[in-house]
Amino acid sequence: MTDSTKGTLGTTDDDPPPAVRAEGVVKRFGPTLALDRVGISVAAGDSHALVGRNGAGKSTLVSVLTGLHTPDAGQVFFQDEPAPSGGDTAAWQSKVACVYQKSMVVPDLSVAENLFLGRFGPGRIRWSQLRARAGDLLAEYGVDVDPAARAGDLTVEQGQFVEIARALSFGARFIILDEPTAQLDAAGIERLFTKLRELQAQGVAFLFISHHLQEVYDLCSTVTVYRDARHVLTAPVADLGKAELVAAMTGEEAPAPTASAWHAGSAASAEPAEPVLRAEALALDGAYEPIDLAVCPGEVVGLAGATASGNTALGETLVGLRRATSGRTLVGGRPVRPGSVPHALGAGIGYVPEDRHRQGLVLGRSVAENATLSVTDQLGPYGTVLPSRTRAFAQRMISSLDIKTSGPAQPVADLSGGNQQKVVIARALAREPRVLVAIRPTAGVDVKSKDSLLSVVRGVADRGDAAVIVSDELDDLRVCDRVIALFHGRVIAEFGSGWTDRDLVSAMEGLPAGGGKGAEE
Amino acid sequence: MSETSQLTVDAGAPAGPGRPVPRIRLSRYRDLSLLPVILVLGVIGFIVSPAFLTSDNLIGVLQQTSELSLLVLGEAMILICGRMDLSLESTIGVAPVIAMWLVMPSSGPATYHGIGLLPGWMSIPACLVVGLLIGGFNGFMILKLRVNGFIVTLGMLTMLRGLQDGISQGKSIVEVPGSFSYLGKASWLGAPAAVWICLVLFAAGGLALGYLRHGRALYAIGGNTEAARAAGIRVDRITWIVLALGGLLAAFAGVLYVGHYGAVSSTQGDGWIFQVFAATVIGGVSLNGGRGTLFGALTGVIALQLVVNVTTLGGVPPLWDKFLYGAIIIVALIISRFASGEKQD
Repeated sequence: MTDSTKGTLGTTDDDPPPAVRAEGVVKRFGPTLALDRVGISVAAGDSHALVGRNGAGKSTLVSVLTGLHTPDAGQVFFQDEPAPSGGDTAAWQSKVACVYQKSMVVPDLSVAENLFLGRFGPGRIRWSQLRARAGDLLAEYGVDVDPAARAGDLTVEQGQFVEIARALSFGARFIILDEPTAQLDAAGIERLFTKLRELQAQGVAFLFISHHLQEVYDLCSTVTVYRDARHVLTAPVADLGKAELVAAMTGEEAPAPTASAWHAGSAASAEPAEPVLRAEALALDGAYEPIDLAVCPGEVVGLAGATASGNTALGETLVGLRRATSGRTLVGGRPVRPGSVPHALGAGIGYVPEDRHRQGLVLGRSVAENATLSVTDQLGPYGTVLPSRTRAFAQRMISSLDIKTSGPAQPVADLSGGNQQKVVIARALAREPRVLVAIRPTAGVDVKSKDSLLSVVRGVADRGDAAVIVSDELDDLRVCDRVIALFHGRVIAEFGSGWTDRDLVSAMEGLPAGGGKGAEE
Repeated sequence: MSETSQLTVDAGAPAGPGRPVPRIRLSRYRDLSLLPVILVLGVIGFIVSPAFLTSDNLIGVLQQTSELSLLVLGEAMILICGRMDLSLESTIGVAPVIAMWLVMPSSGPATYHGIGLLPGWMSIPACLVVGLLIGGFNGFMILKLRVNGFIVTLGMLTMLRGLQDGISQGKSIVEVPGSFSYLGKASWLGAPAAVWICLVLFAAGGLALGYLRHGRALYAIGGNTEAARAAGIRVDRITWIVLALGGLLAAFAGVLYVGHYGAVSSTQGDGWIFQVFAATVIGGVSLNGGRGTLFGALTGVIALQLVVNVTTLGGVPPLWDKFLYGAIIIVALIISRFASGEKQD
C-alpha cells in the first residue's frame, strides 16, 4: 500500500505497473469463441470501463481475470507479475476481486463475520476481537457500517462497500465491478461513486462494467469496448462521444436521433379519450399514498421514481400482485378485483415483471412454454393445451418480436438477457392486453435490445392500447407521453413529453420540477 | 417511428443455436432412459432364474407395483409442482383404517369393532374422502399457514401412523367389506384389475400434465412460482389441489392394497416413502420441481420392483431389500446429477 499513495496521474515516466494487463486472451466454450485474442490494461488507480453488448465477452473476461476460468491462450499479469495458477484461490484473492450485481454477502451473518469469513484464525472465535478488527478495517476505507449489523439489513450499496472492503483486506488493489448500479437508486449510485473515487485516490484500480453509459462518463477515465468476443477500442472517455461509443459497441453508425424520435407526437394524444386504465385513490400502506391515475388509449405513461419511491409497488398493485389497502383500479370503466393477477389479466392488463429471473421466466422450460404461460386457456378446447398450437403461437411471437432462438423448444435459460426479456414481453402481449404494465423493462439488457424492447412497448400504444412503464431509467421514460414522478410514495411532479433529464432526475430525488439547483450534488 | 421500431438482426446470434440443440434431444430421451435398464433387468432375470419370465411372476411384480405406483403418481405430481409430501406412506394405511372404523358395526362376531356410522358400501368412498381431507389439510398447513412442507408432512407421517395404531388398536383388521376386496382381487383381461387401474390413472395423469393447461401449470409452478403467479396462474389453488390429489391417490392405493391382501395390516405402507422417492428420482423427476414426467416415474417404479424381484429370484435374502433401495436412490441421484449437468443442492 505504500506505493499506492504516490499518485494517480498516468503520464509520468515512473508509472506504477498496470494493476492488470491481459494479452491475447482466447477462451472457447465448445464451438463458441467467447474471447478472441483480446487484451485489456488497467492502470493503477484508474477507473476503467468495459462496455459491450450482451455476448461481447465481458463476463468471460471477468471470469478469466478472477481466475474462475483458465484462458486457452494468452496471459494475465497483475502489477507485471504473471497471474497465479488456476486453483490457487488465496493467491487470486490477494490480486483481484469482483463485486457482482447481486450481493455475495451471507445475509444472516454479521458484517464482521462476512468480512472475515473463512479466515477467523486458529482456535475459537473471539467475537469482540473480530468486531474490533472489522471496525478497524471498515474505518480504514471510510465505510460507515456497524460491524455487528446483520449483513442482510444493509442497503445494497453498503453491502457492496463491505465486499469491496473485504477484497481490499486480502491485499487486492484491483476490483471488478460487474453492473454494480443495477440495483441501486440514484442516491445509492452517488454514494457508491463517491466511495470509489476515494479508493481510487488510494491507488485502487477499478474495472467497471455497466450497461449504463452515462455512468461510464460520470465515473471512468478510460473505456474499452468489446464486440462479438473481440477488442474494438480503448480510449480516454473524454475523447469519445456517446454516439461514437454506441457505434463502437454496435458496430454501426449510431441512430443518433433515436432518443428524440421516441417522444410521441403530442397531437395524437391531445384529444381527450375515455381512459382505458384508471386508478382511483389507490393506496398501499407503507408503500404509497392515495394516487389517481388515468391512462388513455394510445398513451404511454411513465411512473418514475427511485427504489423506495413506491412506483414499483404501484405497478404491482395495478397488475394484481399486491392488494391495495384502499381505492380501486378500473379497466375500460369496469373495476378490477383487487389483489388477483388472473382477474387483472382477464380485465386486459398485461404485465412485464421487474426481475425476469425471479418473476418473469421459468428458466428450465422452453421458449414456447414461457411465451404462452398466460394464454394456456386459448391453446385448445376444454382446458387442453395442444402442442401444435403452442408451437405455432410461440413461433408467431418469436418472429414478431424477433427473438433470437433456435426454436420454440429451446430452454429459455439458454437465451441472452435481451432475448429472455423479449420472451417475458411476448408473454405479456400474448393476451393482447389493453394496458401493458412494464416494470423496468430494459434492466440488464444491451443497448440495441433496449431499443427494440421499448419500441414494442411504444407499439402497444401506437396500435390504440395503452402502456405504463415503471422505471427510473431515463431511456425507458423517454418513450412515455407523460411521466409521473413519485417520491416517498407521493406524486411529486408530472411532465409532458418535453422534460429534460435534469428536471426528471431532480424530481426523482425529491426536488420538485424546476428546483434543479443542487440536484446533481 | 417506423425506422426505430424495425428490429435489427443480431450479429451475436449464431453462437446461440449451435449448443442447445443436442441438449433438447437429450432431455427428450431422458424419459425413455430407463427402458433399456428395464430390458437389461429382464435379460438378467431370465439368466438368473427360469421362473422370471413366467406370466405368474411378471403379473406378481406388476400387482406389487400397482399400489406403490399410485403413491409415486401422487408424489411425482407434487414434486413437479415444487412441493413434497412425506405423509403419503401413512395415508395409505390410515385411510382404510378410518373407513373400517366408520363402517364396521360396534358389536358382533368380528374381531374389530368400529362405530358403524356408515353402511358397508360407503367404505371405499369414505376411504377416498379421508385421503382427500388429509391431502387438503397438508395443503392448508403448507399454503395457508406457510409452514415448512418437509417438516410438516414428516409430522403428519408420524401422527397419521399413530392415529392408525390408535384406531386399530395396533392390530391388523382382517374382516374387510366385499367392495374393498373386489378391486384388489379381481382380474380383467388376464391381469389384475389394480394393474389396469394404475395404467389408466398414469395415462390420465400423463395426458393431463402434457395437454391440460392446469397440468402444464404444474411445471411452471415448480419451475418458478413467482413467474407463474405473475403470469396469472392460481398457484396456491393448483398446488392445493395437487396435494389433495396426492392424498386421494394414496388412499386409493390403500384400497387396492387391502383388497390385494384381504386385510388392513398395521404396518401397511410403513417405510414406503423411501421407495416412492427412489422411484420418482430414478424416473427423472427433479426434487427441485418443474421437471420430470409421469411416464418416467412409472418406468422408475417398474425398474425398482424388477431389481427387487430379480435379486429375490437370484437368491439374495429380502433382508437386503432396504440396502438395495438406498443404493439405487444414491446411484440414480449421482447419474442424474451428471446426466443433467446441474447441481442438486
